[in-house]
Amino acid sequence: MLGQRASFWALYLPPVCWVGLFFLVPIVLMFALSFRADMQGDLLSLWWPTLAQYEAIAAVGSYWRLLAISIVMALFVALLAVALAYPIAYFLVFRAGRAAALCLVILLIPFWTSFLLRVMSWKFLLGSEGVINSFLMYLNVIAEPLSGMLYSRKAVIVTLVYVWIPFAALPISAGLQRIDSDLLEAAADLGAPPSRSFWAITFPLSLPGVLAAFFMVFIPTVGEYVTPLLIGGSQGSMYGNIIQDFFTKAANWPRGAALSMVMLAVTLILVAVAARLVNVRRLLG
Amino acid sequence: MKIHASAAAIALPRPKVLTAYFAVLIILLYLPLAVLFLFSFNNGTSLSFPLQGLTLHWYEKLFDSPEILRAARNSLVVAVVSGSFATILGTAVALLLTRFRFRGEGFLFALAMLPLVVPIVVLAVALLVLFLTAGIDRSLWTVAIGHTVVALPFVVLIVTARLTGFDPSLEEAAMDLGASYRKIIVAIILPLIAPAVISAWLVAFTVSLDEFALALFLAGNEPTFPVYLFSQLRFASRLPVMIALAVLLMMGTLLLVLIAEWIRRRGQRGAVVKG
Repeated sequence: MLGQRASFWALYLPPVCWVGLFFLVPIVLMFALSFRADMQGDLLSLWWPTLAQYEAIAAVGSYWRLLAISIVMALFVALLAVALAYPIAYFLVFRAGRAAALCLVILLIPFWTSFLLRVMSWKFLLGSEGVINSFLMYLNVIAEPLSGMLYSRKAVIVTLVYVWIPFAALPISAGLQRIDSDLLEAAADLGAPPSRSFWAITFPLSLPGVLAAFFMVFIPTVGEYVTPLLIGGSQGSMYGNIIQDFFTKAANWPRGAALSMVMLAVTLILVAVAARLVNVRRLLG
Repeated sequence: MKIHASAAAIALPRPKVLTAYFAVLIILLYLPLAVLFLFSFNNGTSLSFPLQGLTLHWYEKLFDSPEILRAARNSLVVAVVSGSFATILGTAVALLLTRFRFRGEGFLFALAMLPLVVPIVVLAVALLVLFLTAGIDRSLWTVAIGHTVVALPFVVLIVTARLTGFDPSLEEAAMDLGASYRKIIVAIILPLIAPAVISAWLVAFTVSLDEFALALFLAGNEPTFPVYLFSQLRFASRLPVMIALAVLLMMGTLLLVLIAEWIRRRGQRGAVVKG
């Protein structure tokens, strides 16, 4: 028994210490930092906790507006990615047959290549002297380059949908696979037309997978900052970008820390909602 | 029953439409990457049509650019280090979750999974605050530490899936014969889960290789490749070389992921045979 206990601690302490030190402690430090009035003095010096940063945030409408915009953008991205991925998942599970494994790999290859590169490729596609414009001008479809494709919220949404589609298809197809085919056969035997059996059986039973896909796209997208940085420019920035700015350009870390805490709170609420609605363990099998 | 099943499948509407949809979507997914690929061979510095003729010039130039190669080397070092740490720690968590009963099991699982849901920008600035508070200068090490945290959940998921998949009777037999716990883990469990551990390492490695959001905050004077690529985006003339390297890196990552997947599947097939 002693050996078992020793093995337990040998396995337990390293990961818990690592995650504690490099995940929990930093977040606690940020929490503490958010109660600091300014950046005066050493990072380690003591300070009187103050709500000044949170009061400042509450008073500035543009932070909340950007947070709301980020949530709405993430909502659009998640809904579009799920809607576009659903037929793919359906195809993989019910139509692809023996080619399903191959089709899945083909679908996932773009997802496995570099995230930064996939986002960047859209920058090159959409730019005013970019691939799409120059191609259309080369074909004489347009005389002047279409401006305003890049550096907008729409461009950010399109790029993120593109990035997420293969990923969104995974939980949906996992959900579709769990549907008992006897139900579909019974519906067919009883003379239900295919569209009826889809809407009465397949679709409702696939909802857990759809919800999982929705949240797996929605939650990380709310906190996204790289895509708006590259594709959005100043017109298409998201909430994550103001956090980044306060830690880099503006160098007002306490404000950035308070904004991060708001972001963290929003994320954890979303995770809690998702955990209530989706039984992750059941979906994983 | 069989006949009904296939009849139902045939009766469902417009199977061709779905196939066509899949084909079109796949083309759209590959198109931006194909464009990058194409322009890495373009004999001109701007990424616009018409193409200026094909060349391997950018690939040749790549090997004459010490900073690019250095950034690529940095990325590899960080990925090997963080991939290894994440694999060791994540395998330990997976063993705890599947082979031990203890209070706080749910807490440990949640702790190991949290890095997956916390926004990367928040984790990045939090780690930045930690390192500066502790007086640690930013370096490749700080990037590797961050990447270890980010890759941990993937390792835990992959190895846990394998550990729940096989029959514990071998371990029980060894225990009955008086083997120590440590010995059981080293001599029985680890060899059995080796394919999953290797595949987890490859996934953690590629996660790190590709990671940009954390690295942008945590890299000091030594950039990783994605950070370097980002810093060079401003200089139009450098773009084709960067794209050439990006294409090479993309191929490399892809190869690794396919190998990881292949190893994982082989391991699973082995598990079925043994079970």
